[in-house]
Amino acid sequence: MRLTFTVNGRQQEADDVWEGESLLYVLRERMGLPGSKNACEQGECGSCTVRLDGVPVCACLVAAGQVQDREVVTVEGLADYARQRAEGGCGTGACGTSLDDAKRWQSKPADGRTGEAGAFPQQLSAIQRAFIDAGAVQCGFCTPGLLVAADELLERNASPSDEDIREALSGNLCRCTGYEKILDAVRLAAARTEEAV
Amino acid sequence: MGATRIPGNITQGSTAKGGIGESTLRPDGTLKVTGEFAYSSDMWHEDMLWGFTLRSPHAHAEIKSIDTSEALAQAGVYAVLTYDDLPTDVKNYGLEIQDTPVLAHGRVRHHGEPVALVAADHPETARRAAAKIKVEYVQLPVVHDEQTALAEDAPLLHPGRDDHHAGHVPHPNVVHRQPIHRGDVAAARARADVIVSGEYVVGMQDQAFLGPESGLAVPAEDGGVDLYIATQWLHSDLRQIAPVLGLPPEKVRMTLSGVGGAFGGREDLSMQIHACLLALRTGKPVKIVYNRFESFFGHVHRHPAKLWYEHGATKDGKLTHMRCRIVLDGGAYASASPAVVGNASSLSVGPYVIDDVEIEAVALYTNNPPCGAMRGFGAVQACFAYEAQMDKLAAELGMDPVEFRRLNAMSQGTLLPTGQVVDSPAPVAELLRRIKAMPLPPERQWETAGESADVRALPGGLSNTTHGEGVVRGVGYAVGIKNVGFSEGFDDYSTARVRLEVVGGEPVAVVHTAMAEVGQGGVTVHAQIARTELGVTQVTIHPADTQVGSAGSTSASRQTYVTGGAVKNTCEAVREKVLELGRARFGSYHPAWATAELLLESGKVVTDGGEVLADLVEVLEGEAIDLELEWRHRPTEAFDLHTGQGNGHVQYSFAAHRAVVEVDTELGLVKVVELACAQDVGRALNPLSVVGQIQGGTTQGLGLAVMEEIVVSKEAKVRNPSFTDYLIPTILDTPTIPVDVLELADEHAPYGLRGIGEAPTLSSTPAVVSAIRAATGLALNRVPVRPEHLTGT
Repeated sequence: MRLTFTVNGRQQEADDVWEGESLLYVLRERMGLPGSKNACEQGECGSCTVRLDGVPVCACLVAAGQVQDREVVTVEGLADYARQRAEGGCGTGACGTSLDDAKRWQSKPADGRTGEAGAFPQQLSAIQRAFIDAGAVQCGFCTPGLLVAADELLERNASPSDEDIREALSGNLCRCTGYEKILDAVRLAAARTEEAV
Repeated sequence: MGATRIPGNITQGSTAKGGIGESTLRPDGTLKVTGEFAYSSDMWHEDMLWGFTLRSPHAHAEIKSIDTSEALAQAGVYAVLTYDDLPTDVKNYGLEIQDTPVLAHGRVRHHGEPVALVAADHPETARRAAAKIKVEYVQLPVVHDEQTALAEDAPLLHPGRDDHHAGHVPHPNVVHRQPIHRGDVAAARARADVIVSGEYVVGMQDQAFLGPESGLAVPAEDGGVDLYIATQWLHSDLRQIAPVLGLPPEKVRMTLSGVGGAFGGREDLSMQIHACLLALRTGKPVKIVYNRFESFFGHVHRHPAKLWYEHGATKDGKLTHMRCRIVLDGGAYASASPAVVGNASSLSVGPYVIDDVEIEAVALYTNNPPCGAMRGFGAVQACFAYEAQMDKLAAELGMDPVEFRRLNAMSQGTLLPTGQVVDSPAPVAELLRRIKAMPLPPERQWETAGESADVRALPGGLSNTTHGEGVVRGVGYAVGIKNVGFSEGFDDYSTARVRLEVVGGEPVAVVHTAMAEVGQGGVTVHAQIARTELGVTQVTIHPADTQVGSAGSTSASRQTYVTGGAVKNTCEAVREKVLELGRARFGSYHPAWATAELLLESGKVVTDGGEVLADLVEVLEGEAIDLELEWRHRPTEAFDLHTGQGNGHVQYSFAAHRAVVEVDTELGLVKVVELACAQDVGRALNPLSVVGQIQGGTTQGLGLAVMEEIVVSKEAKVRNPSFTDYLIPTILDTPTIPVDVLELADEHAPYGLRGIGEAPTLSSTPAVVSAIRAATGLALNRVPVRPEHLTGT
């Protein structure tokens, strides 16, 4: 089947999609957006969390056909999404990503190991910056899903309690950090955002 | 020449920004938060095929026939491979014993063993084709524990084995046996006023790294193959892959992809050879990505264990003796079992002074899933048992369990049961003191909080199963000892290549090693070391690959020590070359070139008094200094096969935990309220990463204590290969983890550092169980503790 939907504000099309494919597979293997991760493909780990019309979902549990004509935001578009939100723009990512912005996540940096990043630190969203600063990233495989989930939490609750954070992130497994620094990161992002207001 | 003066009496690196001791941020952090970091499962190549592995549904069976014709006939299928398609005489691989078939040959020995491979143009096509392969099995009886494995008529897992352990084991289904004898146990036992014994059971834990086994093999024009892979040790993989493919090692070019965690589960090969075989057969790039179900069959697990212990003590609380027998289930293939036996036996007394011991550890061959390396590696199982014993002894003696441990704690100079002297700080008593002194979280918060009481902080959490009724608190302590680095005479070296050159008018160091960055932050530390040793700001970490010498494994808490040591060593050699060059070019201008101790600081050559002699840029003058050197820590030796004596270990790592739990005794639900850790790290090269390692290791120990177990049936079948049924701690299960870091330098190690990754995984488990025992009064000799163990239902 042919599939048309909006990803990070840009309309995308995929042909010859097999009906059994998940949104996760289409994003990763057909659209060159492997940021959403494939840790369990069973809806248990949250590493593939994306926003579907604003709602955080496990992309592995969404049949690709279900996203026809809908709007998806992935970790690759999180910084733009957060910026547009801060500028009072759209809450769904529908305002779109400029071509220059999109190139940032569409073009693969030559090397993922050296730390020579394709993205520019100042363009990261608050939650992305906080994850780096707080040491919440180790292997990083849970990170994209956690970022999308944490960003959604902060969108609806600007100063969450620790128990709120734990509840909101309870669908996202992390095997490296013991979650302490993830809590630190969410607290840090909330505090910085509050300070900035 | 600049007239800048750096303050006097400096030492190399003391003015370096972003050097060791600072919590510099991960160089890969930005890519990891934007989704751009390329993990092994993210690899993509035009025209690539998808590989899929057909696995055995039986734990033990003879393969009568395999018919691949229907699978091959399916549209979109490019290749179907079985044992008969293997290209050379080398059909097996293995870390130490080459007993693991690349594809099953006439017999499968465990549930999930690879039998055939498919390459197709879509992963679903490959899966469906695999389902069309007809394999005729005749099931065989299984051995699944010590009794069945060592029975006289037991089926042998590897009849006719001729490995180097075969000659000294009591039964062919024993992989390796290590006894350790020291002192006179009978005499010491006679001095004991109390004797306690117990049998303890540790379930099979899974590493549950989040990034599944995956990689991309690309056939090359020279007949070789380029493999992009997630592993813990590139060169170990290479050593096992190349002979099976019939290629010289230089034609198997391996590059490390992003690794989504490891924890021991990537020490053994998984899909590496399979992807290469399919790529070479089809002439097309082949990607294999396991899903979580397959991942549970795709790597080895932590050895489940049965441990029998006896300890004695005098009435004033001094340990007299210890006897123990540790039986580890190694499953169908050897993997790292022999080394796990070495660790379990040599560390079986824990961090205590006991002069008279009788120890025996064995690993079995059974039809259960193969077990090998997981964080803590044999020391985890022993720690659960000896710490339970310490609590029992303290209770028997009417002593405080922490005081009892402190009274018997090992210290620098203590002899291990192997006769080896612990020749670096061993602050066991101090760690216990610190952990006990930490403030306790408030009791019965749900009562004091009144209206604002939060059900999420209670056992059962959001399930709203209690508002405090039936909930009791318990506090428990534990401490452990872990060896650092590969032991028992292994040539445990690493290699680092460092290039110093001027780029864009600035000195830049490029650090190239084959170290597998699996999340631990080795890349961060390497950059810090280069800044410290070379006085530069700009450091580039070259991708890890096999174009540089081996770095050894990212395991055994060893990489910061050994590859960190290698980076330091090469940087020092590069520094010497810079100074030689400087002397040659500028020596005649200033006498200090010949007389003073010279350092590299802030891009300049300076004296230890802080006088600037030259800019690095001027010294190098367009020349690059490029060195690749191997580095080794102190050698170790094998344990004697009969007495267990020998200087087998390099270094030790110590951590202590205090667990506070609240237990709903009616429902058997446990809430770990706090899990505090004190650990000696020697020297924290990156304090933020150190604390992160300790908290992560602590949480894996918590998982083993109360939830994590691969359930294997009596038929040796895996019952719960999913994250639905194999539970790892979520953020709701994980408590606050306060960490107290102690830094007592080990003079034998680079910068005095200690390998830290594993120690926190040891004592976490027994501390949690000790706390549950304190809360419930139950004996609890098995982990994980399940609700039914607490309610007796």
